[in-house]
Amino acid sequence: MKSLEELKAIRERMQGRVGVRSEDENQTRVVVGMATCGIASGARPVLTALSDAVQTRALDNVSVTQTGCIGLCQYEPIIEVFEPGKDKVTYVKMTAEKALEVLDKHVLGGQVVTEYTINSMK
Amino acid sequence: MMPEISLNILDVAQNSITAGASLIQISVIALNSEDTLTVVIEDNGCGMNEEQVKRVTDPFYTTRKTRKVGLGIPFFKLAAESTGGSFVIESTLGKGTRVEAVFGLSHIDRMPLGDINSTIHTLIHYNTGIDFLYKYQVDERGFELDTREFKQILGDVELDSYEVSEYIKEYLSENKTEVDNGLLI
Repeated sequence: MKSLEELKAIRERMQGRVGVRSEDENQTRVVVGMATCGIASGARPVLTALSDAVQTRALDNVSVTQTGCIGLCQYEPIIEVFEPGKDKVTYVKMTAEKALEVLDKHVLGGQVVTEYTINSMK
Repeated sequence: MMPEISLNILDVAQNSITAGASLIQISVIALNSEDTLTVVIEDNGCGMNEEQVKRVTDPFYTTRKTRKVGLGIPFFKLAAESTGGSFVIESTLGKGTRVEAVFGLSHIDRMPLGDINSTIHTLIHYNTGIDFLYKYQVDERGFELDTREFKQILGDVELDSYEVSEYIKEYLSENKTEVDNGLLI
């Protein structure tokens, strides 16, 4: 069994490095729909891929959060990108791979991936 | 329908979060002797009144405003009952809700448990203000993860910080493998 000793060691290492999390107005928010419709369509791997990428790459200016039903169940999994001072962009029928592409190209690169947006569905 | 039982668990636990629970207990128990896989999700959230409990397994009942159907609980109930199992939801207003689904372990129609570790990790990572007590058991062997215990050790180090998040993933996967020998349930 994995021991709690390791957790104690992590605390020793990390003490003194806490309380520096930035949640300011310059942060881009990436929101994943996690209601029944989203979960059934595959939102969990999308959420996991995004949060893993943000953590492993230490992207302090990006926060990944979850929300309930956005009301467009047929287009799930959906992610919404909120950049400070810009209009919300809604991406539909996401997969983990597509979500990472959105993270790279849009959230970090500034270019909306138009082929995956809700507008491309109409 | 959900392709995995673990996704039903994630979905039902979201209801507990919405209900304002401060403690959510999830247990997954597979017993070969009984040929059952029992899933219990119990919270101390706001609960429901009798009328709501009666209607919650009706797909055309929902508290949501964005659409007119609520499929989470009906999905879970149907998934359990179609394997010769059972489904019970009990709730007391102001006290909390308990959902118990029993599946026929060897039934051909039972969907796989799926990536339960990912469900538990997602719940903990995105809801650090809520405590989770997770139990996983196969026959006589089992393990627990209690975020209250973790928080006590961590002090002011956050549960969703990178190193702790990775530790939780490893804790879940190593202990699960030790319990079920990597056998898919």
